[in-house]
Amino acid sequence: MSGSLLYLSGVTKSFDGFAAINGLSLVIMPGELRAVIGPNGAGKTTMMDIITGKTHPDRGQVFWKEKVDLSRIDEVAAARLGIGRKFQKPTVIDSLTVAENLELALKGQRGLTARLFGRSSRTMHADIMQIADRIGLAASRNDLAGTLSHGQKQWLEIGMLLAQDPDLMLVDEPAAGMTDEETMRTAELLRSIAGHRAVIVVEHDMDFVRALGCKVTVLHQGRVLAEGPLDFVSANPEVIEVYLGR
Amino acid sequence: MARLIDRRMGVFLAGLFILTVALPMASSAAAGQLVPAYLVSLVGKYLCYALLAVALDLVWGFCGILSLGHGAFFALGGYAMGMYLMRQIGPRGVYGDPVLPDFMVFLNWQELPWFWLGFDRFWFAALMVMAAPGLLAFVFGWFAFRSRVSGVYLSIITQAMTYALMLAFFRNEMGFGGNNGLTDFKDILGLDLTAASTRTGLFVASAVALAGGLMIARWITASRLGRVLVAIRDAEERTRFLGYRVEHYKLFVFTVSAAMAGVAGALYVPQVGIINPGEFSPANSIEIVIWVALGGRGTLIGAALGAFLVTLAKTVLTGWLPELWLFALGGLFIMVTLWLPGGVLGAIETGLTRLRAFASMRTKEIET
Repeated sequence: MSGSLLYLSGVTKSFDGFAAINGLSLVIMPGELRAVIGPNGAGKTTMMDIITGKTHPDRGQVFWKEKVDLSRIDEVAAARLGIGRKFQKPTVIDSLTVAENLELALKGQRGLTARLFGRSSRTMHADIMQIADRIGLAASRNDLAGTLSHGQKQWLEIGMLLAQDPDLMLVDEPAAGMTDEETMRTAELLRSIAGHRAVIVVEHDMDFVRALGCKVTVLHQGRVLAEGPLDFVSANPEVIEVYLGR
Repeated sequence: MARLIDRRMGVFLAGLFILTVALPMASSAAAGQLVPAYLVSLVGKYLCYALLAVALDLVWGFCGILSLGHGAFFALGGYAMGMYLMRQIGPRGVYGDPVLPDFMVFLNWQELPWFWLGFDRFWFAALMVMAAPGLLAFVFGWFAFRSRVSGVYLSIITQAMTYALMLAFFRNEMGFGGNNGLTDFKDILGLDLTAASTRTGLFVASAVALAGGLMIARWITASRLGRVLVAIRDAEERTRFLGYRVEHYKLFVFTVSAAMAGVAGALYVPQVGIINPGEFSPANSIEIVIWVALGGRGTLIGAALGAFLVTLAKTVLTGWLPELWLFALGGLFIMVTLWLPGGVLGAIETGLTRLRAFASMRTKEIET
């Protein structure tokens, strides 16, 4: 598809004979916000692993910006291309401060010597402050990440993704374990991020998906069952049967 | 510079400096030998252990690589130095061969094996002290880290590495003196190894090496690269998804650490007068881990302190109640794990903080 940021076509991945992904096709346009839902075992995590280079598909095509073949690179190369990933369980560096976590994620300087001899610049400091402010952690920027609440850790991790300045963010169940208020603030944050960069949100929480107000892809048994606005897919009898109706 | 020497480091370095000046002076004849002369070499040995502990803390405390084979790098550095010391003996060996060390004459070897060439020069040996363990660590790490071997699996293969080396070095055909290792050293840099001045020199060199090792380790861990190491320790997967080549970082720090351990071994050998394959034994490597855990992992200073305290206790206890030593070591390890999660250093610092809080409370009470 022309102008696509991410293009998956007929992707298949099996583990010990079990097809976790089975002929999956998906197109994400630059700046798009997309929610991916589906029951457990629908292949959501495997899909993210394939996009981020963690696993490689058995069959099918995965293209980034229509030219880079993502099925041939690893997660480090994918990250450097501009694909950021947030884990389901908030994963931040507990023994570093909020600001240090953000600095670590900040775009540029991934090489050994640059890290060993380089110093933080004023612009980096300003960028870190701006992101800390955006994720609501400006006041706790010098606190150890390990002391943050669960919700704050989720935001910090989103902040780290922002610091990476990726073109695509994959966000795995950001609302898990959050209070209702935190959930709504997270939806708002993700909506504000989209537009400038594409965001794929994998989520179980229907209220959260509704709050995102975006196109929804329903996965089932490793392929796309339905795609469209939430009201449209939730009216689909197949979707109701496998997922929503339970 | 201020970033490198924090309070903790400052106190430690000052203490080390005082020890380095005071001990040789106290043991000198001029001071009427306030302390016995052997203490200089003994404490010098502890300083080498402390440097070895700092090397391990660099990889384990800051990057989460629990090496159970660091004794191998220490021993390799020791062997490199031992080879130089053997060649320094020259024709003064039992068999009087001008070139071949005694054990080679005994084995009926006609000429020096190729890997012994160059060891008659100090600069070459000094280079090998770091290069041999460094190269081993690089090659080993290259395969292990690239294949993403980590955690307990990595620990096990490092242990296997040192065990394999021990078996290899036990063999006479290897050309490192087999079972007996290398010993009967005479001179270093033309100076008599038994002379008090040489012993003092080696002691001071060990103290300088420890201070240097601490500064290098501190420089690495306080740099922006140090943050990447901590990130790898705390969340390796996360670090990879941030775009860092985790294996490059691990390889770097592992190699630096191995070279540092090699230096420790090289300074150790002339002070104890022997290097043999026993230094490769897995138990030695495990003991290093205990030093670091006891002293306080991830603090550098704590590791040095731990090495010092445990080896001191070992010297005292093995002289006094030898059969109890291993039980005491095990007991210490359990105690620290249960009650002192921050190690000895952590306990001291918490204690000092409490004391200060208590003192300030008292002054306030007095004021009111």
